[in-house]
Amino acid sequence: MYNETVMEHFMRPRNTGEITDADGIGKARNPVCGDVMHIFISVNKNNAGEEIISDIRFQTFGCVAAIATSSMTTELAKKKSLDDALKITRDDVARALGGLPPIKMHCSNLALGALHAAINDYHEKQKQSKGNAQAGTL
Amino acid sequence: MKPDRIYMDNAATTRVDPDVVKAMTLHFSEGFGNSSSLHSFGSDAGRALSKSRETISRRVKARDHRLVFTSGGTESNNLALKGIAFANRKRGKHIITSSIEHDCVLNSCKWLEKQGFDVTYLPVDSEGFVDLGGLENAIRRDTILVSIMHANNEIGTMEPIGEIGRICSDHDVWFHTDACQSFTKAEINLEKQNIDLLTINSHKICGPKGVGGLFIRRDVAIDPIMHGGGQGSGLRSGTVNIPGIVGFAKAVEIMNDSRVEHMTRLRDMLIKGVLDIDGSRLNGPMRKRLCNNAHFSFRHIEGESLIVRLDLKGIAASTGSACSSGSLEPGHVLTAIGLEPEYTNGSVRMSLGRENTKDEIGYALEALNESVDILRRISPFKN
Ligand code: FES
Repeated sequence: MYNETVMEHFMRPRNTGEITDADGIGKARNPVCGDVMHIFISVNKNNAGEEIISDIRFQTFGCVAAIATSSMTTELAKKKSLDDALKITRDDVARALGGLPPIKMHCSNLALGALHAAINDYHEKQKQSKGNAQAGTL
Repeated sequence: MKPDRIYMDNAATTRVDPDVVKAMTLHFSEGFGNSSSLHSFGSDAGRALSKSRETISRRVKARDHRLVFTSGGTESNNLALKGIAFANRKRGKHIITSSIEHDCVLNSCKWLEKQGFDVTYLPVDSEGFVDLGGLENAIRRDTILVSIMHANNEIGTMEPIGEIGRICSDHDVWFHTDACQSFTKAEINLEKQNIDLLTINSHKICGPKGVGGLFIRRDVAIDPIMHGGGQGSGLRSGTVNIPGIVGFAKAVEIMNDSRVEHMTRLRDMLIKGVLDIDGSRLNGPMRKRLCNNAHFSFRHIEGESLIVRLDLKGIAASTGSACSSGSLEPGHVLTAIGLEPEYTNGSVRMSLGRENTKDEIGYALEALNESVDILRRISPFKN
């Protein structure tokens, strides 16, 4: 049912685990089958001053496709700027995996959902800490 | 010791026994006749047919029943439900079944509802048992049939068919039971258990696929669903599948008590070992359980992932997890027993066969432990 690339990412998922002092944490739940994914990101500025994902980790409870797409999503997002990471689509993920069975396409939404949530979380935290910093200077 | 490949999905289907193949082969090459023909080729085939019928009938102590051969369990169940419904619709339009039947029973019932029949789906308790009081209360004056399975195909619950049969006969309602999983693995006595119709099939007991049967008590009014040349006492038209039926009978002959005991021993060893794994549970009962069925759930583990990992270790099992089903919903049996959501997705069925060995159980336990461990490590849920 699954191709070799999918199986490879399922058996040896990249970037698993958590980042204890993560800059952003995203959680997503597949509304169809109830599966759950968490993504942790660390954000740093590169030489051009862009914010990039310097480290990324995931934890997934889900099917073969959910685990493989989680792994591939983190691979695609790693070292990308936040803006570029947001542009990753589920077709990109599926293509990088060499294709997914049609009934399993929805599983990649889980990983992207968690990624977007993690980036949002980062922005939220930034706003807050800026707010706090400003409040501090008053 | 790492065995090559271990098959633990015998509730799905089984390897055909070599003796069965041998018995069948003869009826492809030499005894190939059509049992309806008048010449000697035909009568040879006819003899093989009646001998096979006797062997199979003896197994369930059939006296007042005829045995109609079909293409398998699905057809037998369709014939029982639809055949009874249409032949008796003047008497009544009510049918009672359980909520954990095989899809071929449930979907036949749903179709009959569309044709104007009324179906009651009895609930089951947390181990999968139908409540006898509930059954008795559900029987109405217009009830024509009760159809409740013998052994559940997923969680292995053995329904109390003797008691159910007695209730049905007290109320003068026909009783059909689907024994696809239990035939030859548990005792069935058509008379003692008051069974009017019994579904059996061949490929779950090392016989060929594509053969099944339906025992029907002689005074039961039933219509055919297959019309044609009138074979099978007019209840199942179509040229009789002699090689398949001969193979089926051979498989019945081969299955004996010591094989059942062997499977029971391995099953108990497997259950004991799996229950030592953190966050595991046995679905279905500990006692009154089909001899070769073990069905587990692992908290916070998704079943498809587990099955695929086991497969890569050479172990073939099955899962009813939502992710593995076309509908992405948990199976109706696990829902019916009220399993908590954190367990429903992590279900695994391991159904044993007489070819399995103790060593294989040991290896399977190791593989399960390891796979559960790896999947838990990448899961957001701790333990
Ligand atoms: S996550 Fe449930 S089907 Fe893939």
